[in-house]
Amino acid sequence: MTADLEPAPTAGAAGADPLPRLGDDDLKLLLTIRHFERKLLDLFGQGALNGTTHTCLGQEYVPVALRTLLEPRDFVFSNHRGHGHYLARYEDPAGLLAEIMGREGAVCRGVGGSQHILRDRYLSTGVQGQSLPVAVGMAIHLRRREPGALACAYIGDGTWGEGAVYEALNMAALWRLPLLVVVEHNGVAQSTPTTAQMAGTIAGRAAAFGVEHHRVGTADVAAIRRELAPRVARVRAGDGPLVAEFATHRVGPHSKGDDTRPPGVIREAEEADWYRRYAAAHPEHHSRWDAVARDLVERVAADVAARPPSDWDAPCA
Amino acid sequence: MRVAENLNRALHGLLESDPRVHVLGEDIADPYGGAFKITKGLSTRFPDRVLPTPLSEGAIVGAAAGLALGGEAAIAEIMFGDFAALAFDQLVNFAAKSVSMYGRPVPLPMIVRCPMGGRRGYGPTHSQSLQKHFVGVPGLDLYETSPFHDAGALLPDVLARAVPAVLFEDKVLYAQRMFEDGAVDDLFAFDLVGDGPGVARVYVDDPEVFDCVLIAPGGMAERALGAMRRLLLEQEIVCALLVPARLHPFDVEAPLPTLERAGVVCVAEEGTAGGTWGAEVAHRIHERLWAGLRRPVRLIHSADSVVPTAGHLEERVLVQESTIFEAVVEAVRD
Ligand SMILES: Cc1ncc(C[n+]2csc(CCOP(=O)(O)OP(=O)(O)O)c2C)c(N)n1
Repeated sequence: MTADLEPAPTAGAAGADPLPRLGDDDLKLLLTIRHFERKLLDLFGQGALNGTTHTCLGQEYVPVALRTLLEPRDFVFSNHRGHGHYLARYEDPAGLLAEIMGREGAVCRGVGGSQHILRDRYLSTGVQGQSLPVAVGMAIHLRRREPGALACAYIGDGTWGEGAVYEALNMAALWRLPLLVVVEHNGVAQSTPTTAQMAGTIAGRAAAFGVEHHRVGTADVAAIRRELAPRVARVRAGDGPLVAEFATHRVGPHSKGDDTRPPGVIREAEEADWYRRYAAAHPEHHSRWDAVARDLVERVAADVAARPPSDWDAPCA
Repeated sequence: MRVAENLNRALHGLLESDPRVHVLGEDIADPYGGAFKITKGLSTRFPDRVLPTPLSEGAIVGAAAGLALGGEAAIAEIMFGDFAALAFDQLVNFAAKSVSMYGRPVPLPMIVRCPMGGRRGYGPTHSQSLQKHFVGVPGLDLYETSPFHDAGALLPDVLARAVPAVLFEDKVLYAQRMFEDGAVDDLFAFDLVGDGPGVARVYVDDPEVFDCVLIAPGGMAERALGAMRRLLLEQEIVCALLVPARLHPFDVEAPLPTLERAGVVCVAEEGTAGGTWGAEVAHRIHERLWAGLRRPVRLIHSADSVVPTAGHLEERVLVQESTIFEAVVEAVRD
């Protein structure tokens, strides 16, 4: 197992490289996620949503790029910032919005909400780091029953503060499990910059366990797939886990209206945003699909908002 | 047969009969076979499904849940149940939540085995009875090993329910013998009431004739029986003893016919004072039977204290046979 010891600064990462033209499918999906997330912030602003939510604005390309590398037999573990992960797997904005709004047709009847979703081989939980040990168990199961399938877990950089991550990495490396850890390193955890909460690097931590690490420094979907395809194939083949660290940017707030980062940092994230850069590089392609995605999300939102509340055979107090 | 052997045989049986079953834990592989030897022989016979793990209680329980989520079944051993504290998140926020928080029941057949209790001089961090900390978590069932309940029947039954479960095992009980065929000793007989593993009911001659009903988990049964013998011979107080295999949710219905006849009920456990399992049991009984009780259910538990290492100090803190004896005399004569 090789380890990439290169440090992973976020600044400038996935922000300067040119973005080649995308396939229509990928672009439509990216834009659908973007408009879905914007719509959520909108709905929150109007007081139409209960509780909280974490949007993946700026990070949409991560699950979209991974979409073709993951197979239906793979089990995906998502986290609090999981709408993009879900939509890239199922293209089901109505089911997800219904879940978040507690309306009929909700994926989990409105019990789980934004960060607790289970559908087929997709599960998200709201406790940081908790999913990695579970993914280890799932990887043991998959290796036994469906060799070639993998467990994939999305985590953020801040989650590397949790001990569960290391217990699981250790086991996954010891037992050479088919586990793909996708790290969305957006340089911040809620309000705390990575520099104030992480000593060393993710690459160094992976290396300590003898776990292969690969840093992705681009938002170019095709390039990401090229880089990761052989590495993911090795995970499937039984070579052990892979930590794929995406240097990315959180363009929006942590949840809603709670972005306390200095203006310079926010500006930098906005400048690196794939959305803006793609629009500049491919204005016609962008605007055509942007309108389609915006319209799709508007229609879904109107439809879901008009539905009756979701039902659950809840025990009553 | 000793309780330890009964458990060990049950695990062999599970691995043999159910190809989904995996066993995970620290130092569980042969030739060591686990800190309390409960997993002896398993790794030799089933090397693929018996996974000796690093010292990682959280990930052991998390991996067990992942296996169960994938359609397997898992038994996780926490070497000393005290360390279940390190798996609290996986149990409470993952396993117990996952069976219900996704809007539909998700089966998670998994059992976390926790050797508990004192009287072996292991000191404050290796002698506790942490049952009470897990009481009342929706989606988490609690069981306790008992000399009346065959683990060979209990474990498959718990897995079949597919609700994440913790099985507490009193460490001293391991070396005691199982009671079989309805006989305890020259004085006491027992039967099992209720569905599934049920509630063991121990009585003198007639299960319906007694002055007091004692309720105790498996680990307390021996001390309860000792107290009952003395109560009968020295005080002519007749007690019936109820030992539930499942501590929580406590099934008050199964032993209801017995409880309905009881003017006096005492609940004994080794856990320390405050927020006890017994308080929950008492509440359930009060709800159903308040009018028929002569007095509120009497709680018997260890002192509000750490569990000391030195034998004479530990004895002061933990519930003894004499603690039960005195409490029952007081409750009955009151
Ligand atoms: C165990 C735990 N601690 C704290 C939180 C509260 N919390 C939610 S998200 C978050 C920050 C996570 O940061 P990171 O892993 O970098 O992911 P990001 O939010 O940047 O996507 C925190 C502290 C939590 N959900 N779980």
